[in-house]
Amino acid sequence: MKLRWGFIDVLVVLYALIPVLWIVSLSFKDPSTITDGSLLPTKWTLNNYTGIFRNDDFIRGLINSIGIGLIATFVAMVFGTMAAYAIARLTFPGKRLLIGFSLLIAMFPQISLVTPLFQIERTLGLFNTWPGLILPYITFALPLTIYTLSAFFKEIPTELERAATMDGATPFQAFWKVIVPLAVPGMVTTAILAFIFCWNDFLFAISLTSSSAARTAPATISFFTGSSQFEDPTGSIAAAAVVITIPIVIFVLFFQRRIVAGLTSGAVKG
Amino acid sequence: MAEIVLDGVSKRFPDGTTAVHDINLTIADREFVILVGPSGCGKSTTLNMIAGLEEITSGELRIDGERVNERAPRDRDIAMVFQSYALYPHMTVRENMAFPLTLAKMPKPEIAAKVHHTADLLDLTPLLDRKPANLSGGQRQRVAMGRAIVRDPKAFLMDEPLSNLDAKLRVQMRTSISRLQKRLGTTTVYVTHDQTEAMTLGDRIVIMQSGVVQQVGTPQDLYDHPANQFVAGFIGSPSMNFLPAEVHPDGLHTIIGTIPCGSRPRLLPREVIVGIRPELFQDTRIRHGASFTGTVDIVESMGAEKLAYFTFESGATFTGEVVARLDPKSPVREGELATIWYDPAALHIFDPTSGANLT
Repeated sequence: MKLRWGFIDVLVVLYALIPVLWIVSLSFKDPSTITDGSLLPTKWTLNNYTGIFRNDDFIRGLINSIGIGLIATFVAMVFGTMAAYAIARLTFPGKRLLIGFSLLIAMFPQISLVTPLFQIERTLGLFNTWPGLILPYITFALPLTIYTLSAFFKEIPTELERAATMDGATPFQAFWKVIVPLAVPGMVTTAILAFIFCWNDFLFAISLTSSSAARTAPATISFFTGSSQFEDPTGSIAAAAVVITIPIVIFVLFFQRRIVAGLTSGAVKG
Repeated sequence: MAEIVLDGVSKRFPDGTTAVHDINLTIADREFVILVGPSGCGKSTTLNMIAGLEEITSGELRIDGERVNERAPRDRDIAMVFQSYALYPHMTVRENMAFPLTLAKMPKPEIAAKVHHTADLLDLTPLLDRKPANLSGGQRQRVAMGRAIVRDPKAFLMDEPLSNLDAKLRVQMRTSISRLQKRLGTTTVYVTHDQTEAMTLGDRIVIMQSGVVQQVGTPQDLYDHPANQFVAGFIGSPSMNFLPAEVHPDGLHTIIGTIPCGSRPRLLPREVIVGIRPELFQDTRIRHGASFTGTVDIVESMGAEKLAYFTFESGATFTGEVVARLDPKSPVREGELATIWYDPAALHIFDPTSGANLT
């Protein structure tokens, strides 16, 4: 019985990982052997990697990705923390409406917003700028941060704030010195999830940019061209895909436990 | 050190329920006052209103003669000990105790001196660098006390500080809280649902039920002269026996027989409730006088005393249980008839509708 489950496990993992392995393999293949269909490269090369790092557009895309992702995550965390704390602790008119709306935004099909956003951003001059991507990213990262963080805050006993208040803390001091230190694990998790969301986005990145001024890495990759019009840039695309996957893998490996804890606590308590 | 005055203080919640109704209470400087009552009686709400954690709907709260209704908790100079202790998990014992002083922007050397002094007082010195997670329940409780004491506040508020401890430790901490309060001489308001804690700790006890103060007095006063049936039943363990009685010229007719009561029947309504404390009964083989006879249902031998439970069923109207607290030398046995002495003069008589004490 155990053996059979083990076998199924291996099968599932292989099924999930083969495309990744394929991409990694492609990224090391020499252009002449790229279509040979073997999983192990017959002719190893690092040219694909050196090539993409010599490509200014890709470097620029990485910078855009990191910058836009960090700023959007930071802003979403600041507002998300405050909103989540209010939701976890206060009763105020419109609280249910707020929770409902943030859920609605999280579920909203993003594709339906692309055209209106395109028009709005062109009119406002935000098209093809950092803020033009940061704003929609914040919008979609906020429900995520509000939901996971309020689950974390709800787990912190209210008596701690009351005790801090009695000890002479202002409401902000109680929040900053007592609640935030206890919520740090949850905040780290949430920030990583928000960053990954921004980092992975392709739809907005491709639709709301037109040059390397604001185009993020995933979108940049789709504009890769071969060295001549008859050459396929498969190798470079594979190498770039591996490069932008690495930060995510590192994040997840480092914070695996916390992310799982964060996700499940949100699932059960949210 | 401070005098706390509650002047017609009430609390109504937005949904219309009244949690506390018109409390008038003066807590003298250095006094140890207990708020006691069943859960939901408004005792914690009252404490929170004194603390400033809960707004006062109407009435006035004065500390040292100054109205403090509108003041934030930090401007009232009052410390509070919570039932869950509410220690800050990410801080060491030292940091926990220093927290109120740090917030008050006291110079660091002074903070260190005060923390050390308080830790000494509570035997916490060896634990100063531990985190709350690595402390036992009793130690956490002491840290919570330490955090309150270290500030040298005008008053202590304690919200069931012992109810998370096991029975033995609770008795131990009870005496040490009592000793500490006497030594520091700080006005203390203490909330509990446990009448033993109330009786043993308080200079005065405030008994509350459904948001209304039933009686205020010294423990002995409440025991001897309960204002109504609720207070009589709440104070004392086991609780007072209540027997419905019909008033007749020859005495009070109850399930345990007719209780003689002299010329009093003329002043009483037709039906009353008779209250007799279990400890006022005694085995007639030990003491003689007015008595009743019944079959002993259950005997609980406690060592220093014996509790005998009688069940009476007479007709359809009166059924009831009577508990007698007897001398351990009494030979009562389960299932046997026993004749029990009582003093008719020590009875309480309550109005069956209002519950007021008519004696």
